Amino acid sequence: MNAFFETNLGIVILTLLESLALIVPLLIGVAYLTYFERRVMGAIQLRRGPNIVGPFGLWQPFADALKMLFKETIIPAGADRLLFIMAPMITFGLAVVAWAVIPVNNHWAVANINVGVLYLFAISSLGVYGIIIAGWASNSKYAFLGALRSAAQMVSYEVSMGFIIVTVLVCVGSLNLNDIVLAQRHLWLAIPLFPLFIIFFISGLAETNRAPFDLAEGESEIVAGFFVEYSAMSFALFFLGEYANMILISGMTTTLFLGGWLSPIPFAPFTLIPGVFWFLFKVLICLFVFVWVRATLPRLRYDQLMALGWKVFLPISLVYLVAVAGVMEYFGWLPNV
Amino acid sequence: MIANLAFYLFSFILLASAVMVVTSRNPVHAVLFLILAFVNASILFLLAGAEFLAFILAIVYVGAVAVLFLFVVMMLDVDFAAWREGFQRYAPIGALVALVLFAELAIVMAGWTVAPAASYARMFPTPANETNTVALGSLIYTSYLPLFQLSGMILLVAMIGAIVLTHRDRKRAKTQNLAQQHARKPEDTLVMVPAKLNEGAVLPEKEAL
Repeated sequence: MNAFFETNLGIVILTLLESLALIVPLLIGVAYLTYFERRVMGAIQLRRGPNIVGPFGLWQPFADALKMLFKETIIPAGADRLLFIMAPMITFGLAVVAWAVIPVNNHWAVANINVGVLYLFAISSLGVYGIIIAGWASNSKYAFLGALRSAAQMVSYEVSMGFIIVTVLVCVGSLNLNDIVLAQRHLWLAIPLFPLFIIFFISGLAETNRAPFDLAEGESEIVAGFFVEYSAMSFALFFLGEYANMILISGMTTTLFLGGWLSPIPFAPFTLIPGVFWFLFKVLICLFVFVWVRATLPRLRYDQLMALGWKVFLPISLVYLVAVAGVMEYFGWLPNV
Repeated sequence: MIANLAFYLFSFILLASAVMVVTSRNPVHAVLFLILAFVNASILFLLAGAEFLAFILAIVYVGAVAVLFLFVVMMLDVDFAAWREGFQRYAPIGALVALVLFAELAIVMAGWTVAPAASYARMFPTPANETNTVALGSLIYTSYLPLFQLSGMILLVAMIGAIVLTHRDRKRAKTQNLAQQHARKPEDTLVMVPAKLNEGAVLPEKEAL
């Protein structure tokens, strides 16, 4: 059997199976993240949240999915049909594809490539295309305004995210995500790089267009922003893409700063628990913070958003990078490559 | 075999989308084809074993430069049909320029010889058992550090130049002073007025505020 998986056909089949084993739980996770968000927001706002469909409302995501499936897809008259249909596919496809390199346990990644961080960064920087194409192809002013806002916002926050990732790389000495997690055996990078950890998470909120940075949607001024013209499954794909991106950013935060699949308590009964559990646990905590922030903070004004990205986060992350590199060089702590 | 097939597939897509960049009527479509060409170039880098360059190309060109490009083209709303009006008149001059450029390239290429030792090294872009990220890093940050720093300085100067050229001080625009806003306290603007039942509140005088 092992010999079969080393032939060309075997590798293809094995990769397909691995992808399936990743994508199916991811999609179920995305479905239940919507439920989780609504329940947690309900609890925070002293409401009940969805609790009618099935026990504790657990079938709610499937009911929503069925409703979306049976609705009519409407394409606006002046729209660029092909791009209009492609945009949600791009958003959702990129959100799923990025998961290929995230290790959920030691060497448990579909592709354990040696430039994993760059791959993640490249894919997340492509995410803006789904939004900007959707905004333009809809031929609607609200959608276009939303797309422009979102494009400028994502490009701005990527810069400081890039510097933070570089700082992590200086500490670890490898671009491989598996190595990055293993380098945190003794000390999570969130502790020495605490300010960067916070900035990374906030930039992640901006990168996924989540509250308080959800100006791309901005219900109160531009209706629903870039997906105002979308309906039925094309809308659902945007929705799923946004939530998959949230899980992805949480996964990135976990991998880069919170020690990935490693147990937070490094002795016997806790290290015996499989790493996948710890990974999911940490991702869930990050996702809870995503929801918590959305239920707590009001939306920023656009100029505040830009000022925060360029005048606060960028200088801090740049100076921190230089400082970390200087300290590590001075004390000879730089990792051997 | 599979690598060869993949190479021909992606180079075909690259060339086809490059042609589409020039020929498509809609400028936004042209930019999107340009992005497709960038992505395919990055895949070709991957096939050649230069994974660092591949992803840097994707991040810098596709993720940042092309986004801003697309941004501008979408906002400009250029009527490209009007631009093409004088095509027949200017075609001979264009062809002449293209011919000169092509001839120059041909002369340079014909005169370019590669030393035998170098042509051997060209087959192995990175030293064995070293990833090309490490190889590039140790080259750029040791042997070519001054050049690397210099190119950084040139980019910085270009950036400052662009900002100086486009920046204008808007005298009449309303700006906000963040420090001033943060220094505001509730007492400065807010007065609590106790309201009696069935009587309502009596508003204080304007000066009291």
